[in-house]
Amino acid sequence: MSTTKQTYSGNQGLVLEEALIFEIGVVSKCGVDMEAIPDTGSMLGDCAAEQAVDLPGLSEPEAMRHYVRLSQKNHSIDAGLYPLGSCTMKHNPRLNEKMARLPGFGDIHPLQPQSSVQGALQLMDTLAHWLKTLTGMPAVALSPKAGAHGELCGMMAIRAAIEAKGELETRKRVLVPESAHGTNPATAALLGFKVDGIPADADGRVDLQAFKAKLNENGGQDVAAIMLTNPNTCGLFERDIIEIADALHEVGGYFYCDGANFNAIVGRVRPGDLGVDAMHINLHKTFSTPHGGGGPGSGPTVLSDRLAAFAPLPFVVDDGDGFKLIEDASQTDQPSFGRMVAFHGQMGMFVRALSYMMSHGSDGLRQVAEDAVLNANYVLASLKDLMSAPFNGPCMHEALFDDGFLKGTGIDTLDFAKAMIDEGYHPMTMYFPLVVHGAMLIEPTETESKATLDLFIGTMCDLVAGAKSGDLARFKQAPELAPRRRLDETLAARNPVLRWRQPEPDAQVTGQAAE
Amino acid sequence: MSKKFTKDHEWISLDGDIATVGITAYAQEQLGDVVFVEVPEAGRQVSQGDDAAVVESVKAASEVYAPLSGEVVEGNGALEANPELVNQSPDEDGWFFKMTLSDAGQLDELMDEAAYQAFVKELG
Repeated sequence: MSTTKQTYSGNQGLVLEEALIFEIGVVSKCGVDMEAIPDTGSMLGDCAAEQAVDLPGLSEPEAMRHYVRLSQKNHSIDAGLYPLGSCTMKHNPRLNEKMARLPGFGDIHPLQPQSSVQGALQLMDTLAHWLKTLTGMPAVALSPKAGAHGELCGMMAIRAAIEAKGELETRKRVLVPESAHGTNPATAALLGFKVDGIPADADGRVDLQAFKAKLNENGGQDVAAIMLTNPNTCGLFERDIIEIADALHEVGGYFYCDGANFNAIVGRVRPGDLGVDAMHINLHKTFSTPHGGGGPGSGPTVLSDRLAAFAPLPFVVDDGDGFKLIEDASQTDQPSFGRMVAFHGQMGMFVRALSYMMSHGSDGLRQVAEDAVLNANYVLASLKDLMSAPFNGPCMHEALFDDGFLKGTGIDTLDFAKAMIDEGYHPMTMYFPLVVHGAMLIEPTETESKATLDLFIGTMCDLVAGAKSGDLARFKQAPELAPRRRLDETLAARNPVLRWRQPEPDAQVTGQAAE
Repeated sequence: MSKKFTKDHEWISLDGDIATVGITAYAQEQLGDVVFVEVPEAGRQVSQGDDAAVVESVKAASEVYAPLSGEVVEGNGALEANPELVNQSPDEDGWFFKMTLSDAGQLDELMDEAAYQAFVKELG
């Protein structure tokens, strides 16, 4: 059965084939007619370009169509369910966009006099207030540009606090559960700490006894911190989190909480009450800003009393005489660890996140967490008898399955995911967390309706039935309906082609820019 | 001598004073297609349990730990251009590095072939 038909243009109806921009544009052409610049002589000296940069020239409609067509090939949360576990692909309300485009927020410059951007500074101050209130923490650094950057911020604050106590040479160990996001050990290693893994117990949670054994290996005096995600990457709440925090604090360690899964507990649990010392918040997850942020993302990091003084510059203060940015160490008595970014953070994301918070209110945010957990449990309960769940439910915001149900079918997690594409779904997260074999991690988020979830669950049931009945072609050849067939990921990884190169010119095609 | 094995799925084969280290057939099967390998340089001192090499597959990136303490005398340079050797020949051509041992007694703590196979079977 073929769903494609040979066409002269290579297009399929109004689904257009798209070449690379270098193949559409011509280097020798310019999209804009401009008069030749009179020869003024170059003042660039040694810095003058020695050869053409070979950028393609396109007219405005050509360039626009190219990018619009590419955008249409991209699956997005605006186009359909995107159950990518651990990523919280929730709806981005359009109200956020409207607010971010208000001229007072959208058209300002970070070097404007502070007296002319009091509204923007007030917004940052208000956002900080909401984040501190929701997390029960006394301070927040707004400037980190992404979740992993926020992690770095939190761990830099922890390192600064350790250094201030003169213990930097001795406190070298950071405990990281095996199910952690890969960024956790990477952050610790980047800062010169030694990563020490903690195994999970049979329930998929941190093994408390193993944790205590690791913690007390050297009386705990060499432990800098633990980096723990709660709910964890198996979608489970770490029940022993307070006991873990207490034991850690007793030996002088700090508690970094990875806030990636904050959506499951926002409005219901304050991390500050759990003994957390630092936690980043992915605004693009919990607070509905676009993933990627149309530029840098935003990963504000909340800090406990023990770390607040080390917060990075700059930050906003309200001194009763208007809002001010503290941008320099000379303006504060605090032993800040310094500056992480050029300016104040990602203003566009701040506006969107605050817009989301204020439009939901504290009761609405509480319902966000409730509905996210409810939806995930609906998926888990509907599929756990057909697929295989490695841990007993209920889960938090995401439902985790392993590949046990595919045993003996000849189909693996990757095949199953590719077949989902033919059904019109972006696959769930695969092969993560690593503690589960052939993991499939499904996070529906709170914004999906029951009808959407029922269709998804029905599709998954049909796929499982197909796999168990031996319909190998449906899986091994998938995707057959996507713009491209299955890609050779191994070849792509072993021999990556990272840039376009001018094809060798044919003999008759001359007149191209010379070397 | 016959091979020894670790719980991290490394094999060790001793020839005179030199131990050759690789990852087991089970490990490469779990990883899937290996796309990148970083092996240690000769002269590097490692302690048992230290990160010694890196292996990346289409599914995951993983550390290979030094199964014993000692000094690396050679990394398998062939893996840089041909990481697929780890999949094709995990027990022979896909070896990771060779090392001398500072404490041969550590060998006694490792599993023999039968014990390793039983260990793998347990994992399911």
